[in-house]
Amino acid sequence: MTTLIDLKRLGGVKAPAGFAGRLMAHVGMADSYASFETVLGTVYVAWNRQGVSAAARSASAAEFEEWFRKDVGRQLYAADPPADLAAKISDELEGRRRLRFDLRGLTEFEQAVLRKTREIPRGEIRPYGWVAREIGRPAAVRAVGTALANNPIPYFIPCHRVVRMDGQIGNYGGGGPEAKRAILDMEGVRVTRMEELARAGVRYQGVKTTKIFCYPTCHTGRHALEKNIVWLHDEASARAAGFRPCKVCRPGAVAS
Amino acid sequence: MDGTERMFERMVNEHQHRVFALSLALTGNRHDAEEVAQDTFLRAYRALCTYSPDRIRELKQKAWLHRIALNVVRNRVRGVRPRLVELNGSEPDHSPGPEAGALLKADIDALATRVAALPARYRDAVVLRHVQELSYEEAANALGQPVGTVKSNVHRGLKLLRGEEDDHAD
Repeated sequence: MTTLIDLKRLGGVKAPAGFAGRLMAHVGMADSYASFETVLGTVYVAWNRQGVSAAARSASAAEFEEWFRKDVGRQLYAADPPADLAAKISDELEGRRRLRFDLRGLTEFEQAVLRKTREIPRGEIRPYGWVAREIGRPAAVRAVGTALANNPIPYFIPCHRVVRMDGQIGNYGGGGPEAKRAILDMEGVRVTRMEELARAGVRYQGVKTTKIFCYPTCHTGRHALEKNIVWLHDEASARAAGFRPCKVCRPGAVAS
Repeated sequence: MDGTERMFERMVNEHQHRVFALSLALTGNRHDAEEVAQDTFLRAYRALCTYSPDRIRELKQKAWLHRIALNVVRNRVRGVRPRLVELNGSEPDHSPGPEAGALLKADIDALATRVAALPARYRDAVVLRHVQELSYEEAANALGQPVGTVKSNVHRGLKLLRGEEDDHAD
């Protein structure tokens, strides 16, 4: 027997938990997020229909939400990730580029810095000045540093691969210099060796047989025999010694 | 966030439960109900983006959302189901609160299934009048039908729900 009271109770049904969040994400007004277990430990990742919008190794979901709302300035709701996102995230962290990113809300300069930074291969490092020169703003080295410090998607946009030329590893928004060192180490960069070279004033590695000079981590110079390697201190002396810059890592102004 | 988005967010917070309950009574299961409710708000959002501020201010949100939801359900029946994003995972379980003691979730879902199985014209009338508790005038407005038609459809719908063949009850 159906009574009007029963029908009224049917009218009192509540929307399921998370309904408003899924809806906001669906119309594009909010981002979704979830936590993922990765080689870097637990990483919170936010995404929307444009792509991944933020990442952080926050201590808790609440901390991530608070940081995201303040820093990115959009609403954020916990959600079940799309089926393939976890696989894409671990691929990305292992050096296969599979993610799209949402960089809306950043300035054009910041976007240019981050896009350029994404081109640095896993296992390699570049100085801040390289990013500045590559995006056509060679004098804006400090601004590059600031843009990288505010990278909303660390680990995935590899700001840890941009380091100082003087042998210091440089700041890192994704957990400080120690975290930066640990991630580079995991990616196969011999961090201590690189710091020693930098402190000794060495900037480039030249290969006598090819007459090409590279950044020391450039993969094209990796297979040179030890006896053929010369350590170079600056671009002018490298060119004077008959070396030309590598066309892959582009350590100097492109040869004329 | 601009004005329309803030306004939409308020509208979702205020009406999400009502729209979901309506969708559940019209579709008879929670999965379809979430799709219908989500699609209802999505259409509302798209419409709001095209409306002038005056039109938005004068909008009778409740009646408007009811009309959209009814249309969404009708369109699904016609087979023009709009593509929706995949809704991941199982639905979160809502344990019955103290007020639902008399009617457990399973009973509510069973009732929703029975209501949703009514012929559309009776179902819509019964749901608006007795599930959503609109007045006959409001229900008639939402359905675009005369009040008398709605009254008689509600009456017949209730009789069908109660399994009565003859006209001997209220």
